[in-house]
Amino acid sequence: MSALGIVGGVVQPVLIVAGSPLLVGVMRQVRARLEGRAGPGVGQPWRDLRKLFGKERISPRGTSEVFRVAPLVLVATTLVVAVVTPFVTTDSAVDPVADLFAVVALLALGAVTLALAGLDTGTAFGGMGSSREMTILALVEPTLLVSIFALSVRVGSTNLGAIVSATLHDPVRVISPVSLLAAVALIIVIVAETGRLPVDNPSTHLELTMVHEAMVLEYAGPDLALVELASAMRMSVFLGLLANLFLPWGIASTATPIALLVGVLALIIKVGLLGVLLAAGEVFLAKLRLFRVPELLAGSFLLSLLAVAASFFLA
Amino acid sequence: MLGLLRKIRRTGRVAEPAPPSPVVDRSAVAAELGGSVQIRHVDAGSCNGCEVEIGSAFGPVYDAERYGARLVASPRHADALVVTGPVTRNMAEPLRRTYEAVPGPKLVVAVGDCARNCGVFAGAYGVAGAVRDVVPVDVEIAGCPPRPEAIVEGLRKLTGR
Repeated sequence: MSALGIVGGVVQPVLIVAGSPLLVGVMRQVRARLEGRAGPGVGQPWRDLRKLFGKERISPRGTSEVFRVAPLVLVATTLVVAVVTPFVTTDSAVDPVADLFAVVALLALGAVTLALAGLDTGTAFGGMGSSREMTILALVEPTLLVSIFALSVRVGSTNLGAIVSATLHDPVRVISPVSLLAAVALIIVIVAETGRLPVDNPSTHLELTMVHEAMVLEYAGPDLALVELASAMRMSVFLGLLANLFLPWGIASTATPIALLVGVLALIIKVGLLGVLLAAGEVFLAKLRLFRVPELLAGSFLLSLLAVAASFFLA
Repeated sequence: MLGLLRKIRRTGRVAEPAPPSPVVDRSAVAAELGGSVQIRHVDAGSCNGCEVEIGSAFGPVYDAERYGARLVASPRHADALVVTGPVTRNMAEPLRRTYEAVPGPKLVVAVGDCARNCGVFAGAYGVAGAVRDVVPVDVEIAGCPPRPEAIVEGLRKLTGR
């Protein structure tokens, strides 16, 4: 455990927790402007969270501990990922956990816990949302693993820090077929996993079309605030992972204050730009029919499989 | 896609400039909500005239969202209920239950003349009463149907923005 890793382990979670509601605010504002609206401002998600934390806590009749614990598990797993993954510094605070499989498993654990909570409420929409989320998750997780695995083949390690450092020292890798195929697969997977268009519509009011929203319909007050904060954090974590796996420049590899400052700024700019692109792209998309989503995800799995094949044959 | 992009650039901003804030003194609950009000709409027996106006209040031209109001899908997520129409006998109990499902502090907005005093449906056999006969009402918005400006003004009193 190096000094750089410890500094990263402190700076990263603070940055992700404080910044991810702002990222959601920026994305909503971009969408509002493109639709000709004025928009509520980038601080609105933080205002919503502050208000929700001050509201009454309600647990619906018939729900068990699963329902009450799920928001905490969701936030905790995302927070661990925010601590260990190389976002600001190449070294990790807890190096063995900064592993490709561990990080993907942690993110999946959060999603599965929330799906169980959706089932626990016993409502029709909760169960429907959970079943849809599980369908999508089962198709997304293999792609996520395989596409990052394609990058790890050349490095010879599944440690995310090692993958990022290797790309940093050998920039030509970024434009190789392996990277490009894996990047496209990862982008589709991230869109599906964070519940954005065309897989899920985050601003829908229609229960029948919901995926993520349907699972959290019964949460109120502070629990809802935790769930919303966690889904904002998951989005920043996924976008940060995408940015640093393929464009790691700016990340701090020494523990000097200048390098750390550059690392923080680079992460904010990269994730902010990706968020703006994602929000602007959504304006041009309609939601896919649920039964067409597996086709999209199967396509992305094929791309990630090709990326792995290319990483062995074109090495 | 290029056509849509060109249209976005040509249209620009369609939201009308914000009128001066109607807020004189923020109520205690509105201050607690701090500029963020999630709204659940309940149709208690409306003719759908008010729904059309609520729809346009949240559309691009009046853009109620810029003041911190947002429509949500569940009463558990809501701070305020927007109730339209005279409360019919069949909707009295669902309205009461929806009110109970909202976590406190909570507000009720009665939109339209029917919600305030049953309007043209007063005394009809299927009507249980106005909204205030079933749940406590905090803000009333008059009109049959109220103009989107009036709805936005009423919601701004809740958000305080």
